[in-house]
Amino acid sequence: MLLDYVWLIPLFPLAGVLINAFLGRWLPRRLVAAIASLAIVASFAMAAVLFFQMLGLPAEAEGGGAGRQRIVPIFSWIVSGDFVVEANILLDPLSIVMALVVTGVSALIHIYSAGYMAGEEYHNRYFTWLNLFVFMMLILVLGDSFLTMYVGWEGVGLCSYLLIGYWFERESAANAAKKAFLVNRVGDFGLALGIMLIFATFGSVAFGQVLPAAASIPAGTATAIALLLFLGAAGKSAQIPLHVWLPDAMEGPTPVSALIHAATMVTAGVYMVARTHALFEVSLSALNWVMWIGALTAFLAATVALVQKDIKRVLAYSTISQLGYMFLALGAGAYAAAIFHLATHAFFKGLLFLGAGSVMHALSGELDIFKMGELRKKLPWTFRTFLIGVLALSGVPFFSGFFSKEAILSGAFEGGAIVPWLLGLVTAGLTAFYAFRVLFVAFYGKSRLDKKVERHVHESPWVMIVPMALLAVLAFAGGYIGLPRVLGIGSAVEEFLAPVFADSTLVHTAGEATLEWLLIGLSVVAVAAGILAAWWIYVRNWGLAGRLTQSARRLYDLAFAGYHADRAYMEAIVQPLRMLGEGLAGAVEQRSIDRAVNGVGELVGLAGEGLRRLQTGLVRNYALAMFLGVVAILAYFVLRGVLSW
Amino acid sequence: MILLWLILWLLSGGLLAWLLSRWRAVWARWVSLFFTATYLASLVVIWILSPEAEEAGPGSWLIDLNLSWIPNLGINLHLALDGLGLLLLLLVGVLGVMTVATSWTGAQERTGFFHFNLLWILAALAGVFMAMDLVLFYLFWEMMLIPLYFLIGIWGYENRVYATLKFFIFTQAGGLLMLLSILGLYFAHGNNTGVYTFDYFQLLGNTVPLATAIWLMLGFFVAFAVKLPAVPVHTWLPDAHTQAPTAGSVDLAGLVLKAGAYGLLRFLVPLFPEAAGRIAPAAMILGVIGILYGAFQAYGQTDLKRMVAYTSVSHMGFVLLGVFAWNPLALQGAVVVMIAHGISTGALFILAGDIQERIHSRDLERMGGLWSTMPRMGAVGLLFALASLGLPGLGNFVGEFLVLLGAFQANVPIAVLATLAFVVSAVYSLAMIQRVFFGPNREGWDLPDASPREMGIWVVMVVLIVVLGLYPRPVLDTARPALEALQEYAAAGEHVEVEVGEASWLGSTAHGSWDTAVDGVDGGRP
Repeated sequence: MLLDYVWLIPLFPLAGVLINAFLGRWLPRRLVAAIASLAIVASFAMAAVLFFQMLGLPAEAEGGGAGRQRIVPIFSWIVSGDFVVEANILLDPLSIVMALVVTGVSALIHIYSAGYMAGEEYHNRYFTWLNLFVFMMLILVLGDSFLTMYVGWEGVGLCSYLLIGYWFERESAANAAKKAFLVNRVGDFGLALGIMLIFATFGSVAFGQVLPAAASIPAGTATAIALLLFLGAAGKSAQIPLHVWLPDAMEGPTPVSALIHAATMVTAGVYMVARTHALFEVSLSALNWVMWIGALTAFLAATVALVQKDIKRVLAYSTISQLGYMFLALGAGAYAAAIFHLATHAFFKGLLFLGAGSVMHALSGELDIFKMGELRKKLPWTFRTFLIGVLALSGVPFFSGFFSKEAILSGAFEGGAIVPWLLGLVTAGLTAFYAFRVLFVAFYGKSRLDKKVERHVHESPWVMIVPMALLAVLAFAGGYIGLPRVLGIGSAVEEFLAPVFADSTLVHTAGEATLEWLLIGLSVVAVAAGILAAWWIYVRNWGLAGRLTQSARRLYDLAFAGYHADRAYMEAIVQPLRMLGEGLAGAVEQRSIDRAVNGVGELVGLAGEGLRRLQTGLVRNYALAMFLGVVAILAYFVLRGVLSW
Repeated sequence: MILLWLILWLLSGGLLAWLLSRWRAVWARWVSLFFTATYLASLVVIWILSPEAEEAGPGSWLIDLNLSWIPNLGINLHLALDGLGLLLLLLVGVLGVMTVATSWTGAQERTGFFHFNLLWILAALAGVFMAMDLVLFYLFWEMMLIPLYFLIGIWGYENRVYATLKFFIFTQAGGLLMLLSILGLYFAHGNNTGVYTFDYFQLLGNTVPLATAIWLMLGFFVAFAVKLPAVPVHTWLPDAHTQAPTAGSVDLAGLVLKAGAYGLLRFLVPLFPEAAGRIAPAAMILGVIGILYGAFQAYGQTDLKRMVAYTSVSHMGFVLLGVFAWNPLALQGAVVVMIAHGISTGALFILAGDIQERIHSRDLERMGGLWSTMPRMGAVGLLFALASLGLPGLGNFVGEFLVLLGAFQANVPIAVLATLAFVVSAVYSLAMIQRVFFGPNREGWDLPDASPREMGIWVVMVVLIVVLGLYPRPVLDTARPALEALQEYAAAGEHVEVEVGEASWLGSTAHGSWDTAVDGVDGGRP
C-alpha cells in the first residue's frame, strides 16, 4: 500500500537538512538552493500522490476497512511504565490537507528564496533552517500523539526563532527572535500542562486513545484541558493576548515571513484545535473562549492594520486578524471552514508577503508604503500578482478568500453566534479597506520614491515571479474547492474532511436559501464599502488621510501602537521580573546566603592555625589534615562502638 | 571481581600518569586517555552483556562482590552493580574521556599530577556508585573531594582559594553529618537487632523508630542536598565552577552532583522510607524553588561559567523533585535528567572553557557576535542551549517531562510551578546564546573555530544528547529494574515499620517481626 510510505514526506526535507548542514559550505550556492527546493518539491509530490490514493478509498470506515485513515508506525520513542509514546504517523484527510498546504506553499517559497536570498552570505544556513522548518511542521501535522505533535510544535518554534534571527548581528533581529520564542513558550507552558493533564486523565497521549474517549470525562476536566491546549494555540497562532511576537517577527527575511509567519507555522494552533475538537466539544465554555478570542482578535488586529505604514506590519496584523477568523470558526464548530480558510489564507497571504518581498527587493529594502507609489508601472508582474492577493484577502466575490470567509461567517451565524458574526462582518469591511489602502498607496498615485532608490528600481527575476504567479493562481482558484452550500453543488473540502469531524455533536443545519443569500449579500456590501472608502481616501482625495488622522489623533496613535500591548507587557511583566532577578542576585544570594557562608568561613579561619595556612595557599596540607580529621572522627565512633559492643 | 578491578584500574592509571609525566608530560595525557577509554569500553561490554530488562526480574543485581574487610565491625568490601549504577558508571566513563580530551592543551604545569587527580576523581566516583557498605560509601564519598580540591586549588582561576574554602566547608559539613547518621544507623540498628553491620542490604528494612529515623535521614539529606545542590545550600557551586579548570567543572557538574542525586535514590529513601515520606512535600518544594531560583540567577549572571553553574542548580531541582515524587515515571525521569544534564552541562562547560581559552575572559559583556567568527562553535553552543531549555528531541526534555508527569501525579500545584521551568529555562538559554553568539561582534574578535580535537569532542557529545532525546529506551530499560527494586525496598521498609509498631503493641519482640518481614522481600537481594 502506497499510503504506508507516508514517511517519505518528512524524509525528503530531513535529507535536505542533513546535506546542506554538513556539505552546504562546500557546495555551489545555486546547488544549495536547488537541493533544498527539490527536497520540498519531492515531498509535495509524495503528498499529492497519497492524496489521490486516498481519494480512491471509501470515505467511511466500513466492512473492516479503515477508510481513509492510516497509522504508520515508525519507532517507539519513550516507554516508561504506563507512559508510552510511539512515534507514529497519522494519515487521514485532515493531516493530508495540512501536508499538502505546507509542502505546496513551502516548495514555491523555497524557489522564490533562491532568488531573494541569492546575495546573502550565509546562504546554506538559511536553506538548512528552512528545510528543517518544513520537516518540523510535517512532524507537527503528521504525528499521531500529543507528544509527537509537541515535538513538531517546539521544532517549528525553534526554526522560527532561528530564521527571525537570521541576521543575528542586528540587535533588533536577535531581540525579535528571542521575544517570539519566549512568548511562544508561555503558550507552550499551557500546552505542556494540558498534555500532562491528558495523560493523568486518559492514561495515554495518543490521539487514537484520547479523542474517542473524550466524551466520557467530566466537563470540568475537559474545560481545563481544552483551555490549556488553547493557551498553546494562542501562543503559536498569535491570538490576543499572546499576539505581540508576530509583528516583531517581521525582522526575519520576507520569504520567512511568508512561509512561517503567514502561511504555515502560525496556523498550527488552528490545526491543533481542529484535531482535538472532541476535547473542546465536551466543554462548551472552552469553545466559547475560542470563539470570542478569535472574534476579538480578528477585529482588533484589523483596526491596527488600518493605520500601519510598514507594508510588512500591515500584513502581519492582517495575519493575526485572519487567524482570528479561523478560531472564530473553530469556536462555532465550523471546523472544515476553519481549515478551508487556513488553506486559502496560506495562498493569498503567502502571495502578499512574497509581493512585499519583491517590492523590497526592487526598492533596496524600503518598507514604508508612503515612500512608494506608482509601482504599478515599474513592477508590472509584482503588481498583477499582488492585486490578486489583495482581491482574495478582501474577500471580493469569485476569489478564494471570499468563499472561505463566507463559510466562516455563515457557519458562525448558523451556530447562533450573532455577535461574533457581526464582529466578523465588520472585520471583513476593515480588511477590504486596509488591503486596498496598501494597494492604492504603494502601487497607484505618484511616485514618492527616494531619488537614489528610484534609479535602481527593477522587476524581480523570474525565479521569484513564477512562484508568485503560481500562488496567484491558487489565491484565485483555491476557493472553488469550497463553494457555498446554497449553490447546491456541495463543498468539496467539507466533504473530504467530513470523516474527521463526523463525531462532532455541533450540527449545523444549513439555513434557508434566502437567509444564506442575505448573509452573502451583507458581506459583499461590507467589502464593497471598505474598498470604496479606501479608494475615496487614498485615490480620489489624496491628503484626506492626513486630515482624518489629525482629527482623531489619539485614536490613531492608539491603533498605530497596537493598543500599547508591548508596553503593557514590558511594564507589567518584564520589568518586575527583571527587578526580581536582580534583587535575588543581590539581596538574597550575595548579602544573605553568601554572607552567612563567609561568616562561617571566617569563623573557621580564626579557629585554627591550619586554616590560616590554607589561606596562604597550602591547600594540600589542609585537605590532608581534614581527611585525617575525618578518619579520626570515624575511628573515635568506631572505637566507641566496639567498646559498647 | 570486575567491579574492584574497575576502580583499581583508574587508580593505577592515575598513578602511572603521574609517574610517567616525570619523563614526558604528554605521556600523562596518553596514559589517562588509554585508561579512561578502556574503562569506558569495559563498561560498554558489561552493558551489552547485561540481561535484557524483560528477562531480569526487579532487583536482580548485575554483578555483586562481597569481601570481608573488618568483620568484627561489620564492615565489608561490598560492591554491587545494578542498572542505575551501571548508567552512572557509563557517564563517568564518557565524561572521563571527555575531560582528558578537553584538557589536552591545558594544564601545562604539573601535568602528571593534574591527570592523577582527574583519574582519582573518576575512581572515587566509580566507588560511590558501587559501594553497598555505608563505610565504604563514605570513604569513596570523601575520597572524591580531595583530588577535586587540588584540581580547583592548583589549576583554578583568580579566586580559587576562596572557592576551595567555600566548597570545602559546605561539602565537609554535609559529609560529617552523613557520617554521624551512618554511625547512628549502625548503632540504632545494632541495638534493635543485635546485628551490627554497615551493609546496605542488611540495613534495608531497618526497624529504627520514626523519631530517630527522621534525624538520621536528615543527616543524609543535608549531605546529599549540598552535593546536588539544593537551594539554599548551593552557593558553593557557582564559585567552585567558576574557578575550576574546565575539566574540574565538567567533573563537578557532570558527575559529582550526580553523587548527591544517587545518594537520595539509593540510600536516603530506601533506608528511611517513612521519614523520607514525611519530608517529601518539603523536598519537592525545595526542588521547585531550585528550578526557578537557579533559572533566575542564571539569567542575571555576567560570567559565562557562573551562568552555566546556576543552570545546574535549576536542572538538579528536577532531580530532587523527581526523587521525592517517588513514582516510576518521576524516578525514571530523574535518572534521565541526571544523564542528560551530565552531557549537556558538561558540554556547556567545555564550550565556556574553549571560549575562555580563546578570549581569556568569561565575561559575557565582552562576548557577542561570536557566531560569525566561530560558526561551528556557535552551532554546538546553540544545540546545548536548546537541550538546556528542554527542546523535545534532545535528552533533557525526556527526563524533565517524565519528572513533570510523575510530579503531576504526586502533587498538581507543585508540578504546575515546576512546569514554569519551560519558560524560565528558555529565558536564560536564549539570553546566553544572544549574549555570546548573536548581536554585533563589538570587540571585533577574530577567533579560530573549533579544532579537529574539539570537533571530535563535540561530535560525541552531540550524538549522545540527540540519541538520548530520540531513543531513550536503552537508558530507560536499563534503569527500570533497578528503580523498581528501590521502590520495593522502600515499600518493604515502610511495611516493616508499620508492622513493628503493631507487633510491639501486641507484645511480641521487634526482632522477630523484622526477620519475617525481611524474608518476605528478600528474594531480589544478593
